[in-house]
Amino acid sequence: MNTGRGTRLPLPSSVRKRSMTRLIFAGLALLMSCTLAFGQDAPMQAILQDQSALIVKSSRKTIAPAIASITNSGLPQAQDVLQAWQGKLMWQRKSDGVFFRGEKLDSKTYRLFDFDTGEAVGEAPKSDLKQIKPNSGIRALIGSALVQFQLSDPDPLRRLAALTSIQRDPSADLLAPLRASLAAETDADVLAKKRRAERLLTIAYDGDEPARIAAIADMSGDVGVDVRATLNPLLETQIKAFPNTPPATLNVARKLVPGDTISTDAAYAMLVDNGFAPSLISADDMRQTLAQHITDGKVGGIDVNLLDQPEARTRAYAGLVATGLAKSAPTLPEIKTAVASHSFVEIYHDPSKAVTTAAAAAMLGIDLKVGANQTFDLILDGLSLASIYFLAAIGLAITFGVMGVINMAHGEFIMMGAYTGYVVQQVVPNHTASILIAIPLAFAVTFAAGVAMERLVIRYLYNRPLETLLATFGVSIALQQLAKNIFGTQARPLTAPTWLDGAWVINDVVSISYIRIAIFVLAVAFLAIYLFIMKRTRLGLETRAVTQNPHMAASMGINPNRVNMLTFGLGSGIAGVAGVAIGLFAKVTSELGNDYIVQSFMTVVVGGVGNIWGTLWGAAMIGFLQKGIEWFNPSNTLAAQTFMIIFIIIFIQFRPRGIIALKGRAAGD
Amino acid sequence: MQNSFLMRTPSTLIFLALLAVFTIIVTALSEGLGLGLVSTSLVKTLGKTLCLGLVALSMDLVWGYAGILSLGHFAFFGMGGYMIGMWLMYERTRDIVVHSLADAPIPSTAQEISDAIGNQIFGVVGSAEFPLIWAFADSLFLQLLLVVLVPGVLALVFGWLAFRSRVAGVYLSILTQAMTLALSLYLFQNDSGLRGNNGLSGLQNLPGFSDVPQSLVSLWFLWGSALALGLGYLVAAWVVSGKFGSVLRGIRDNEARVRFLGYSVENYKLVLFTGTACMAGIAGALYYPQAGIINPAEIAPIASIYLAVWVAIGGRGRLYGAVIGAAFVSLLSSWFTGGRAPDIVLGSFALKWVDWWLIALGLSFVLVTLYAPKGIGGLFDLISNRTSPNRHGADLGPDAGALREQEANE
Amino acid sequence: MNLLNSTLAGTLALAGFTSAAMAADCPIKVGVLHSLSGTMAISETTLKDTMLMLIEQQNAKGGLLGCDLEAVVVDPASDWPLFAEKGRELLTVHNVDVIFGNWTSVSRKSVLPVLEELNGLLFYPVQYEGEESSKNVFYTGAAPNQQAIPATDYFLEELGVEKFALLGTDYVYPRTTNNILESYLISKGIAADDIFVNYTPFGHSDWSKIVADVVALGADGKKVGVISTINGDANIGFYKELAAAGISADDIPVVAFSVGEEELSGLDTANLVGHLAAWNYFQSADADANTAFIKAWKAKMGDERVTNDPMEAHYIGFNMWVNAATAAGTTDVDAVRTAMYGQEFPNLTGGMAVMLPNHHLAKPVLIGEIQEDGQFDIVSQTSEVPGDAWTDFLPESAVLKSDWKDLGCGMYNTETKTCVQIKSNY
Repeated sequence: MNTGRGTRLPLPSSVRKRSMTRLIFAGLALLMSCTLAFGQDAPMQAILQDQSALIVKSSRKTIAPAIASITNSGLPQAQDVLQAWQGKLMWQRKSDGVFFRGEKLDSKTYRLFDFDTGEAVGEAPKSDLKQIKPNSGIRALIGSALVQFQLSDPDPLRRLAALTSIQRDPSADLLAPLRASLAAETDADVLAKKRRAERLLTIAYDGDEPARIAAIADMSGDVGVDVRATLNPLLETQIKAFPNTPPATLNVARKLVPGDTISTDAAYAMLVDNGFAPSLISADDMRQTLAQHITDGKVGGIDVNLLDQPEARTRAYAGLVATGLAKSAPTLPEIKTAVASHSFVEIYHDPSKAVTTAAAAAMLGIDLKVGANQTFDLILDGLSLASIYFLAAIGLAITFGVMGVINMAHGEFIMMGAYTGYVVQQVVPNHTASILIAIPLAFAVTFAAGVAMERLVIRYLYNRPLETLLATFGVSIALQQLAKNIFGTQARPLTAPTWLDGAWVINDVVSISYIRIAIFVLAVAFLAIYLFIMKRTRLGLETRAVTQNPHMAASMGINPNRVNMLTFGLGSGIAGVAGVAIGLFAKVTSELGNDYIVQSFMTVVVGGVGNIWGTLWGAAMIGFLQKGIEWFNPSNTLAAQTFMIIFIIIFIQFRPRGIIALKGRAAGD
Repeated sequence: MQNSFLMRTPSTLIFLALLAVFTIIVTALSEGLGLGLVSTSLVKTLGKTLCLGLVALSMDLVWGYAGILSLGHFAFFGMGGYMIGMWLMYERTRDIVVHSLADAPIPSTAQEISDAIGNQIFGVVGSAEFPLIWAFADSLFLQLLLVVLVPGVLALVFGWLAFRSRVAGVYLSILTQAMTLALSLYLFQNDSGLRGNNGLSGLQNLPGFSDVPQSLVSLWFLWGSALALGLGYLVAAWVVSGKFGSVLRGIRDNEARVRFLGYSVENYKLVLFTGTACMAGIAGALYYPQAGIINPAEIAPIASIYLAVWVAIGGRGRLYGAVIGAAFVSLLSSWFTGGRAPDIVLGSFALKWVDWWLIALGLSFVLVTLYAPKGIGGLFDLISNRTSPNRHGADLGPDAGALREQEANE
Repeated sequence: MNLLNSTLAGTLALAGFTSAAMAADCPIKVGVLHSLSGTMAISETTLKDTMLMLIEQQNAKGGLLGCDLEAVVVDPASDWPLFAEKGRELLTVHNVDVIFGNWTSVSRKSVLPVLEELNGLLFYPVQYEGEESSKNVFYTGAAPNQQAIPATDYFLEELGVEKFALLGTDYVYPRTTNNILESYLISKGIAADDIFVNYTPFGHSDWSKIVADVVALGADGKKVGVISTINGDANIGFYKELAAAGISADDIPVVAFSVGEEELSGLDTANLVGHLAAWNYFQSADADANTAFIKAWKAKMGDERVTNDPMEAHYIGFNMWVNAATAAGTTDVDAVRTAMYGQEFPNLTGGMAVMLPNHHLAKPVLIGEIQEDGQFDIVSQTSEVPGDAWTDFLPESAVLKSDWKDLGCGMYNTETKTCVQIKSNY
């Protein structure tokens, strides 16, 4: 506590001068007296007051001296101060500018702790305080400064935080403290991470060439982003042009041949940039030069009115060149000669040939592995998308596929399910419980809606499929607008329980979010339920009978009305459950159904009407196809959707009845 | 021939006469040339409604007469709009560019003018270079030709593929819907070269006629639309009254039988599909200069479904029904969303039409399909006691045309 | 307004169809041209309600020029050609004195020719891509230099981002903004290879691949930042995927230009804390005017409703219009327009907004970090930035300038010293 001001490292004078002027402007007498008063028994507060202007200004560009003066103070409380600052816990009292650590008591009052003694010094209303809010960039700088304190902190979480800081912002001076902390590390998990960080820092910053190569060898085959982020900068190159052969001291990656590995234009542009060759004359330059030299309606001997032809402009320009009024443009042979007389090489930034060779070899192996993993990830994505399409379409596979009813309101049933989930979450705040309630409830709600629609509308239209389409479309727009009137037009939150947060991470390339896995499981479950109902229950048997021949079924004692009603309700109910799942993963709006209706019909039609396996294949095909096209053209997702639909149209030309076509009498028309 | 066909279908004459009277009355009351009782915005709305009537007519031909529920005819309509929009936009921009470049010290080359036009049209989101599809944008004649050719060729290719593989009924509907979706998604892309989501705008300003007030321009288009609708109606009435029309009705009622009779069902369908697509294109080319802007949202699948709904409400299988349906629903829609319809107050709850109009519209589709399959056109039967010739024997459902005897006999 | 009509004022049989002869008489009509149905209703209904609230408040204060204000609300139903039709209807049938409306650029482009033809007046409240300046439109939202450029500077300077992913919905605002940003970033020394651009359709929901692509950008050791111009509902899926992938704002910060309080109310923000948005207004801004505004809004619309940037734009625009009309003593469009230049009105976030001769506002730029409660923690606030109609970072528009007050031209080429065009080319 007795460390006085004298032992502190001197600040750069410019910084001090700037901060001093600011202090003077801010209220000289008060603050000066503070600084003096804190000097002896509150050294940390004194430092903070000294840096007050920079801390309050809170900009990454200027904050470095403030952090440095705290870090280098040698005071034991430096770590606490930095941690409080980083965690947005630092407050400044408005009346005298003193800094404290603040702890929230209630929404209006904060308890203040002194940085030097660590003791509570009282409470203050929020209105008297100003929170110091370092932005993410400053927090990262503070994190880096904290590394040296935290690497050997007793709390393993802090040690991990230090490692994260190293990973985010690696630098050469962190290597020594990191190595020093390895020996004392007790936690196996942290030790492994420390070793990894040490290897990576060695590759990047160690001065010893064999040590770096050994580290590269250690890390080869690892697909982690951090490894690639360490190796790739080593392999960064730059293309340079030389009038003759390049000096032998350079670490050359490869030589470029103009016209082959580098285009002649690019090569010449490089020569121009380096001042090795005269620049080209662009059409715009030519026009401006011509405009400058108009005399008596003529330029270079050519009438101005004729200059709307490019050849006339060239001739006029040649005229100007001949009279010395403009400089001549290089001709094509001149360009070729200039390019041919220079050599172009790609040079590594890193001077060590051995290191770059080792890094290149390691990267080659890693790239192959990354490629394989990316393919696997793409497959997972495709599988996930397919399961979403399948889930959205499975209800339709019943109503359209089995019963032959075109239900354009299917999308709105999905939406109703999602809104049911939202409403349940308003009543039951526990997310796990609310989802467990929402799924059966959504089924019940949409089942009821489906039955109502079947009874009121569809049963009158069973033999008129095209009119069913129109009537259900009417229901669809009415339901959509009704949802808008009830829930408003804003998207509503439907939040997944916390155990579905996050992702299953296999490595830095392959990962899939738990919510997608849950949807996949749900889709599989519904496939099983569908198969069970259709193949193993009386309802399924009756449904199949009624679909194939209603009159015959009726004469066998089946009530076709009842069966149709229940089947349609079942299909609608499943759509409702799909709605809960889709709402969890995307959004809950009244337009939700629109996004899935056309895709769902496509899925059923492509797969083959009347067969659940067809729907499954249809969903798989569409999902994988879309992901595949996205992979070919990553910067334009819209194109992927367009091409997918075109592909489907063409596909249907060749298999008009879908992938799995029903045969025989059941195929109907 | 012409005479006898008109004699056989008196509704055609009545329709044409009413159309002419309507046009004359609107002109007489307009701001541009008449008493000024009908505002320019209403003239535009009426002109657009006539175009919608024309596209509904083409829909009625494919659906009401041949039983092909195409959910793609509004896409053809949009293509027509795009084709004329390209010329309008190009010409207008060229005028501006030539005017502003005229002050330059050196006369501009063709390339410079073209670059400047490209810069203005595509703004900073594209390059100055024109995409290939704009190749003919400087020629009104070629673009007018494309108004018919582009939808026609698209329909021909699509129809050939679909009909050849015997895709019919609901499948064809879904396939046409997919085509519409693909087309609108494609046009939504900025890279499509047709200005993406913004589409082509400012189409109401005719190049070379910038001094003519909109009140007059709107009348020109009203006349043009009325003429197109009249001619379209005449052609449609002539087509369906002859042998071709009989075959179409035959295809609608029982495709297999017509095929067994030796008719090439595919060719009949293809000719009709392509022809009506051209008709829709023409309607679009007249519609969008009145609307002022065309963009991909116009050809979204929902628009084509609305088209089917208009025809259904108006009464399909009769030409005037389609026109009435389109006019009735679109004008009603515009009135209800205009905020001028009075609220219905039910105690403390005020029913705002802006909120409830779509619900009412949706439910009315359901009711029309269920209880009035002949649509508004059916009302005329009540007046004239006209009954369409029944080729089916016993009436099997609300609309004889949709229920096949083959199905009923199963 | 309409000579032909005023001569025929006697024939009132069909007065409903035609423009009434009496202009500027009581009540003064304010047109509200926001979609109340269709895809854009999600954003625009809020603005309609804002306008109704502002008009109500103004009437409580005694109206304008001794008249009550009357809102004429029409519904263009997110159907772009309808904007032109309804705009014409507002101007000629309802004879409104001013229109507040539009959200999307395409709807603005649709109504623009009508406004210029009939000399109407539109206040457009949404941040947009710039590259436009119409005599008849006041742009109260942010131009790119009032949102995108400062946010990018923040990324470069405060967060030290070296590699950029520009993700946007495929339409003109993201396209233009990203073009401007690409050119700006290259001028700041970022290599073209370090800028990744992706466009997705409206309402896109499957983000796994794109999020994975963004993560993969970090493989060359540079700090990656995402600049998002993703619009509307699509954001919800995007942020959910981002949260699921566990991307911390400290690793890959995301700054969004179209995500405000309204959009965040549709998702759980617990996993998004620290990601950023750039606007000219946040509900969390600590100012008395803001507190009063929020209180009035919640009293009218319910406690769970939030305020956002375009609402503030309407607030400023409406009050400036009221003040300009009071100063001019009339609601005549040309008189009001002249009185608008130099109008000052306090921002809700503190400081003064000023209307510039290029029809844009000078407003402060705020950057906020998302908090757990769905609000933004303001981490950076600039002084007032004057809006620039034509961006300085693209060669074609750097030479252009808009000045309706002195030059009387919205597209003035400063190199050739000529007015390229007075009417817009839409």
